This record gives sequence, C-alpha cells and structure tokens, in this order.
Amino acid sequence: MYGDHSGTPEQVWSHDAYADDGDADFLALIQADGRVEPRDAMPNAYRASLVRQIAQHAHSEIIGMQPEGNWISRAPSLKRKAILMAKVQDEAGHGLYLYAAAETLGVDRSELLDKLHTGRHKYSSIFNYPTLTWADMGAIGWLVDGAAIVNQVPITRCSYGPYARAMVRICKEESFHQRQGFEILHTLSNGSPAQHAMAQDAVDRWWWPSLMMFGPPDDASPNSERSMRWGIKRFSNDELRQRFVDMTVPQAQALGLTLPDPELAYDDTTGHWRTGAIDFTELFEVIAGNGPCNAARMAHRRGAHERGQWVRDAAAAYADKHRSATATGAVA
Amino acid sequence: MTEAGASAREWPLWEVFVRARRGLSHGHVGSLHAPDAAMALRNARDLYTRRQEGVSIWVVPAEAISASSPDEKDAFFDPAADKVYRHPTFYSVPDGVEHL
Repeated sequence: MYGDHSGTPEQVWSHDAYADDGDADFLALIQADGRVEPRDAMPNAYRASLVRQIAQHAHSEIIGMQPEGNWISRAPSLKRKAILMAKVQDEAGHGLYLYAAAETLGVDRSELLDKLHTGRHKYSSIFNYPTLTWADMGAIGWLVDGAAIVNQVPITRCSYGPYARAMVRICKEESFHQRQGFEILHTLSNGSPAQHAMAQDAVDRWWWPSLMMFGPPDDASPNSERSMRWGIKRFSNDELRQRFVDMTVPQAQALGLTLPDPELAYDDTTGHWRTGAIDFTELFEVIAGNGPCNAARMAHRRGAHERGQWVRDAAAAYADKHRSATATGAVA
Repeated sequence: MTEAGASAREWPLWEVFVRARRGLSHGHVGSLHAPDAAMALRNARDLYTRRQEGVSIWVVPAEAISASSPDEKDAFFDPAADKVYRHPTFYSVPDGVEHL
C-alpha cells in the first residue's frame, strides 16, 4: 500500500556513510541507469539503505491490513465484503513480494519481522489513524492508496532490480484499490444526506495525513538527495506531493466533496494547486509513537504472529515427517 | 532476536516460476517461504496468480539453484564476445539479393 518515509525524525534526517559511495563499476552502472542485481558488488550503505526502505515498505503493507480488516465483518453488502477481502489479501501479497525483495539483499524475513515486532523498524504512520466509519474504506482507497501509487510508480524504475520488479506487480494491483475507494465515496456522496456527510467526514480526516505520506519537506530530507543519486528515488518528496495534489483536487470535485483546506487554490502562473501549510509536528508525533493507534497496531501484529506459531510449527513438523518417510522409502 | 527458536525453524526459500499461458515458457516471478513443495505450490498460487497470471507453476528450492558468479562475468562470457560471425549481420550481401 505505501512506501518509505516514516522512521523516526532522527532516522529520516540523519546522514550516514556518505563516504561509501561505491566503486567505479557500481557508479558507472548507476550513471548509465542500469539495474543492480542481488549478487553484484554494491556499497554497504546502498545495501543498508535498501534493506531499511524495502523492509519498512513491507511492514507498512502488512500493518496496512489492519485498518481495513477492521471493516470486513461490517461491510455493507456481500459485494463490498468480497472486494475488501480481495484488497486486504493483496496487501498481504504486497508485503510478501517486498520481504522477498529484501531477502535478496542477504537478510532473513524472520529477522525483519523481529525488528518490526520489537519496535526497531518502523512502518508508515498513516496506519496509526483509526478507521471510524465505512466511508474510511473509501477514503483510504482513494487518498491513501492514491498517494501510495504516486510514491510507488517511480520505484518501478528503482536501480535495484528486485525492488523495481516487486513494485511493478504492486502498482498494477494498487489501481484496483484506488478505484474501489473512489467508487465507495462516490456512492456515499450521491446517497442520503447522512451518507454524504459520512463521506465528507472521512475525507476531512484523511486528507492531511495523506499529504504527509510523502515525507518531510525537501529542505528537511537530506537522505533523499543520496537516494536520488543512487537511483533508489526518482523524484523529491515535494515534487511527488504536488503531483498527488494536482491529481486529486479535480477528483474531489467529481466526488462532490470538499478538501479540508481553506487555502487550497489554483495557481494560474504555475498551473499547480497550492495547499495551505502542512503541520508536520503532527506527523512526527505519530512517528514517535503517539498516534491514535500505534500501540494497538503493534499489539495486534505481535499477537497474530504469536497465535500463528503453532501453525508454522505444525507445517514444519509435517514437512519433516514427510521428508523422513520419503527418505526411508528411497532406501528401501 | 526475541524468537531465536522460531527463527531457527524458518521455512526454506523457494524460487517460483510461472507459465503465463500455453505456448510460453515458465518465467521467474519471485520467491517465497514454505515448509515443503506442496505448500510452496499453494502459496505460490495465492501469491503470484491471484489474477490468473498463470496456467502452470514450478517451485524450486532456492538452495538447489547454481548460478554463475557476477564477479567473473567478463571472463565467463568472454568467449562469445569476439565471435561476431555468429550473427547474420556480419555478412555482406550484394545489392538486389533477396530472401537471404
């Protein structure tokens, strides 16, 4: 559902190992816009940066199952329920593609999950907001997945092959997510006054957090510069945010809903929509663990993992038993 | 690691190859973890063919794959580099000669 950009403010803003920029072969490959593949030599900082970003992205996908999973049992129709289950299943799939991509860099999935469960790895802050009404399913699909698509499409051209390839699959599937969200809001917006109000309330709550999904402003995001030099990132946070705003404003008009920003205005000279100032102190509060749902999301994730232990053990025991039976048969 | 025991029991890694449709060969699509081949096939179906992306799946234990080393790529592939005469474009053909 969503890429990198959370992390503590310290992580987001720290420089590390600028000196380790890669040998001549690596830099030539990057400069020629070639793709780095798993067994190539690469700078340690490039590898570490990718592991951190891909793992954080994977964690976001699986934590992102929770806000929507919350509404599966209460979807308003069987059709909506089937669609929502397919979407949540996709999020699990996206997490798995990304964990697999991270593993090509020499880390184990179990190690990454352990880092998530012990709070040493972050996930996107957007999932620390609650889903209070059915309309939130629409707002998440339209705004959160919409922002994710804007973030993720450039990663299909990321310099690291496995990450780029995982992102191609993910982006194809995200377009269904965004459209189904838009359709939910469109139906509500054109329904009864109470349904319209519910849709407007969801958009009011999700608009600003969606803008913050693009991360801190460019002048406060020095890691971005190195990621761009290495071909991991293709556009700056502010460029992507602007692209999202320009796409989304006309869609809000088509929905018959307003965006909760009195300063939002079209700038004739640049051809862009300008938003009011974004309050990033809220983003950093949520990243710091003080969002409405941080504790609940982590408790649920850890609990699900622990409750699934017997299944993993049983499957492994069955495989062991089957393997030894086959081995005995082969000897006989 | 808080779960050293669980980590030690991590399911093995499988590489997944999918035939998109009849007439095409299987292509690599990614990898996954599973305790055995049967579960690897089921997981691969759920993970890589949710939208009818395939009609046939192979799963191969990742540890069973032998790969050429990227470090020796020049030496390894060099023998083909100076044999341009293996390509039809190496040969000049007089003007007007067709179907050649």
